[in-house]
Amino acid sequence: MSDLVRNTIRFVLFILVQYYVLFQIRPLHEFVVPYIYYLYVLWLPFSLGRMSLMLVSFLFGLTLDYFTQTPGLHAAACTLIAYLRGFVVNILIPQEGAEQNYRSPSPVSMGWAPYAIYVVVLTLLHHAYLVLLEWLQFGSFLFFLGKVLATSGVSLMLILITELLFFRKEKFRTNTA
Amino acid sequence: MRNIFLFIRRYFNFVFFVVLQIAALYILFHYNKFHEAVFSGVANELTGSIGGKYNNVTYYFHLKKTNDALAKENEELRNKLLTNFESPDTTQKLVQDTVPFDTLGHFRKYLYRSARVVNNTVSLPNNTLTINRGEKQGIHKNMGVISPSGVVGVVINTSSNYAVVMSLLHRQSKVYASLKKTGETGQVFWDGNSPLYITLKNIPKSAQVAKGDSVVTSQYASYRFPQGILVGTVMDVVDDKTSSFYTLRLKPATNFFNVQYVTVIENLLKDEQAKLEEETNKINQ
Repeated sequence: MSDLVRNTIRFVLFILVQYYVLFQIRPLHEFVVPYIYYLYVLWLPFSLGRMSLMLVSFLFGLTLDYFTQTPGLHAAACTLIAYLRGFVVNILIPQEGAEQNYRSPSPVSMGWAPYAIYVVVLTLLHHAYLVLLEWLQFGSFLFFLGKVLATSGVSLMLILITELLFFRKEKFRTNTA
Repeated sequence: MRNIFLFIRRYFNFVFFVVLQIAALYILFHYNKFHEAVFSGVANELTGSIGGKYNNVTYYFHLKKTNDALAKENEELRNKLLTNFESPDTTQKLVQDTVPFDTLGHFRKYLYRSARVVNNTVSLPNNTLTINRGEKQGIHKNMGVISPSGVVGVVINTSSNYAVVMSLLHRQSKVYASLKKTGETGQVFWDGNSPLYITLKNIPKSAQVAKGDSVVTSQYASYRFPQGILVGTVMDVVDDKTSSFYTLRLKPATNFFNVQYVTVIENLLKDEQAKLEEETNKINQ
């Protein structure tokens, strides 16, 4: 499957799962909102330039926004992590040139520890920005802090489950192939 | 000049990032002010039609509950029919006073249109419903929406075939409601904590409130709702010593977790009322 087809299918699936499964769950507490849709941004291939990465993420966030009737909220957060993704990958990638040898960020291509840090950092950034935008409209500092931490915890758990369930085989690619 | 171009080229990614952020934030804050989303027409049609397909599946699982609710509502309406009542004495004829009616006879104030819910959330900080009727079917902004069991919310956005309803579980929702027993009027808000509760504020402490009391739409909400539609029942009375008002926690009458059918209410006299109030406000300024 080509990258384009694969990512188009993922685009649709992540939106539908996020809205029709995770947002329909009876909330445990106001702080706990299960988010997983932004994993799409984390899974986008290395080969995508930073600009197109941001553009795709912006459209992706905006699509979810039109479902939840909060236009711009998720789009802003997705654009932020898409912009910062490149820097984080550059710091964490284990050896020079791994971006060329593998298709996309995954436990196999980056190693479990760097990949975990990559996910944790971007998750915290995503939720911090998302909740900050909500906080501008209502809430207190405790709301901000509690929601960021609780939501990040749930999201990280969901991501771990997803990574284990849908293990992505990453072939080592060389120039000759 | 050359340096400017070099600067832009050097930091083009960052500039693009800032541009996208500004676009997103503009859309967000513009929407929160006016509830008019950019591209909302096309987007509503699309998300509405996807929601309709999804709802076709979930609808099946709620059939029993929906049926029960509708049967209950029918029973209630049948009990209100005029043919159920007879005047106690047949020698006396019940004569209706003609004063409340004009020379044209009765006039209608509220018009009801039923619709099906195709998208619904309860877990977000601001919850909305999408219904499968829009401008083509006569739905406009600011109309009230009720379910078989009680108040649902207010229409905030419409496209040609779908409309978005701000439910009671929305931070900007505000409905005038009064205690059914004694008639004190306050406002119903949602504090965002739990979708199981809404809050009624500004009920003076002179009112006698007990757990389980009904709260209904007040006559001040008649711009959108007829008087006396159930909003919720009192779950908890918070007695704030520093204030002369009660804060009541209500259980919403509508079950937002499985609402399937709603009725949109059009107030046919609202233009007249709005015009009069607007003119008066102008004089007062």
